[in-house]
Amino acid sequence: MDHKPPAAAPYGVMAEFEDPTSLVEAARRTYAEGYRQFESYSPYPIHEVFDAMHIRDKRVSLIVLLGGLTGLFTGLALQIWVSAVAYPLNVGGRPYLSWPMFVPVTFELTILFSAFAAVFGMLGLNGLPMPYHPVFNVERFTAHASQDRFFLAIEATDAKFDLARTRAFLQGLGAKEINDVEQ
Amino acid sequence: MDPHPVYAPPPVIEPGHTFNTVTEQIAGIVLTRRHPYSWFFGVFVGFMMTMMLLMAVTWLLIKGTGIWGVNIPVGWAFAIINFVWWIGIGHAGTLISAILLLLKQDWRTSINRFAEAMTLFAVVCAGLFPLIHTGRPWLAAYWLLPYPNTMGVWPQFRSPLIWDVFAVSTYLTVSLMFWYVGLLPDLATLRDRAKSLPIRRLFGMLALGWRGAARHWERYEEAYLLLAGLSTPLVLSVHTVVSFDFTIAIVPGWHSTIFPPYFVAGAIYAGFAMVLTLAVPLRVLYHLEDFLTLRHLENMGKVMLVTGLIVAYGYVFEAFFAWYSSNQYEQFMIYNRMFGPYWPFYWTLILCNIVVPQLLWIKGMRTSPAMLFFISMFVNVGMWLERFEIVVTSLHRDFLPSSWGMYWPTRWDLMTFFGTIGLFTMLFFLFIRVLPMISIFEMRTLVPAAKVKGAKAH
Repeated sequence: MDHKPPAAAPYGVMAEFEDPTSLVEAARRTYAEGYRQFESYSPYPIHEVFDAMHIRDKRVSLIVLLGGLTGLFTGLALQIWVSAVAYPLNVGGRPYLSWPMFVPVTFELTILFSAFAAVFGMLGLNGLPMPYHPVFNVERFTAHASQDRFFLAIEATDAKFDLARTRAFLQGLGAKEINDVEQ
Repeated sequence: MDPHPVYAPPPVIEPGHTFNTVTEQIAGIVLTRRHPYSWFFGVFVGFMMTMMLLMAVTWLLIKGTGIWGVNIPVGWAFAIINFVWWIGIGHAGTLISAILLLLKQDWRTSINRFAEAMTLFAVVCAGLFPLIHTGRPWLAAYWLLPYPNTMGVWPQFRSPLIWDVFAVSTYLTVSLMFWYVGLLPDLATLRDRAKSLPIRRLFGMLALGWRGAARHWERYEEAYLLLAGLSTPLVLSVHTVVSFDFTIAIVPGWHSTIFPPYFVAGAIYAGFAMVLTLAVPLRVLYHLEDFLTLRHLENMGKVMLVTGLIVAYGYVFEAFFAWYSSNQYEQFMIYNRMFGPYWPFYWTLILCNIVVPQLLWIKGMRTSPAMLFFISMFVNVGMWLERFEIVVTSLHRDFLPSSWGMYWPTRWDLMTFFGTIGLFTMLFFLFIRVLPMISIFEMRTLVPAAKVKGAKAH
């Protein structure tokens, strides 16, 4: 953007790696060095990176559980209210609240609400959709991150962040290329 | 000669591939301007048949269901036959994407994307029939959906037809979300590879700003796994509910406890046949032999053989229970099915669904794409005939001989049915043009370079 001051504080520093093994090693050492505000980027999920960065987010499961329970009670309440309160139909004296007949719809709504919770919970926690993100300012990132290269970015918000020192640290990890990430 | 004496399955991706070759080959199909002439031919045929469908539906809306061959006693015919046939075809897509994922079958990776697309388009074709089967679809709103209307009426939740509405609409919605979530990382790849700005913008919007962050991947994988876990009981429930449409009625030939498992097996059988029908030409047309290997085709052949045998078991036990029940209506129904006026349908069904697929016992047949295509065509026809048998032969001669009748489809029935095949074809050809038909990011995980050195296998 033109109107931005040229000396804006950077978003962070980004290192590029050629293979997943180097990325895992780099993530492990970055964590060990004391950095916390950093992120790894890869063109496919790598479980070893999750371990190296100590990522374990159980909130998606919890959201899905809550979504499923909402669906369950919505399904039951809807059918009981319609069949026994709003529109009772006497068919040969059978009970209005014939719950076994309500199982299929309740089941489907439980699945439906859980699935919505899984998708929108995941997107919400990931902060997506996000039309702009600073990492895309790095040309190498846009050209390779979703295809064949592995990146690690330490963010300026980290307490330990110091442009020169963080750069030198990433250099020491065997990065193929280092780029400053503009805000 | 062979360094590995112990049997190891052949790889699911041909050796020599890297991240780049996988990405280029699959994304290239979407991002190129050139396309095989057969693609244009396929879209053209599909489009013309879709126009035929629109014509048949328009005439139906003008005249009503009188243009169809349905009449008492067969008040339910092509609409429900085609509905069940299409929805069954859809089931293989979910089976491949969800159940095989939970079972950690890595060969699913190269077929799950287009199988899921097949599911979506099959469900779209299926959903058309219940909508139009009354000839007055605008009335369906208050028959089917629970919303407060000025008449103060509500749907009957004890009816399997309402269960069907909930099951099928949930199935369509969840399949669509599952498919889209699976597409997200690939849309990001297409965004980054696209050369022209409008295309990049388009894929950029669809990719929602996906950037492959590790924290995102972790939640993504969790959500994807949960969706697979949710889709698995869902897909089994959908065809179970579809079979309830029949079993809850007391008509001989419908009122049977074997229906739910037999319908689910039949759905998977029909679906795998359709996946093979699509996969065999696709791999030749787009040179995907490296990703859709003979091992994939052979495995699909095996699944077809197993589910086909379950279906055969269903046929045998339908006949056995009719005899064992000592119920004259049940016994007459099965006799009428085999030797009544519709006997050629029954025996063609047995030929297509039971006799021909026995060829799959032979390894040479399972590893020959041409033979698999040939057998899958038989199964496609056979599974349609099965639904025809179940619907028509049960209804046309039931309890009261004075109300017996015959059913034959009219040209409008046939135009609607073949029209949906055209709609399916057109949607599928458009899909392979605009979206990657194989999951690129999952294929990357199968490339040898994707392994982290020194890590335990997981």
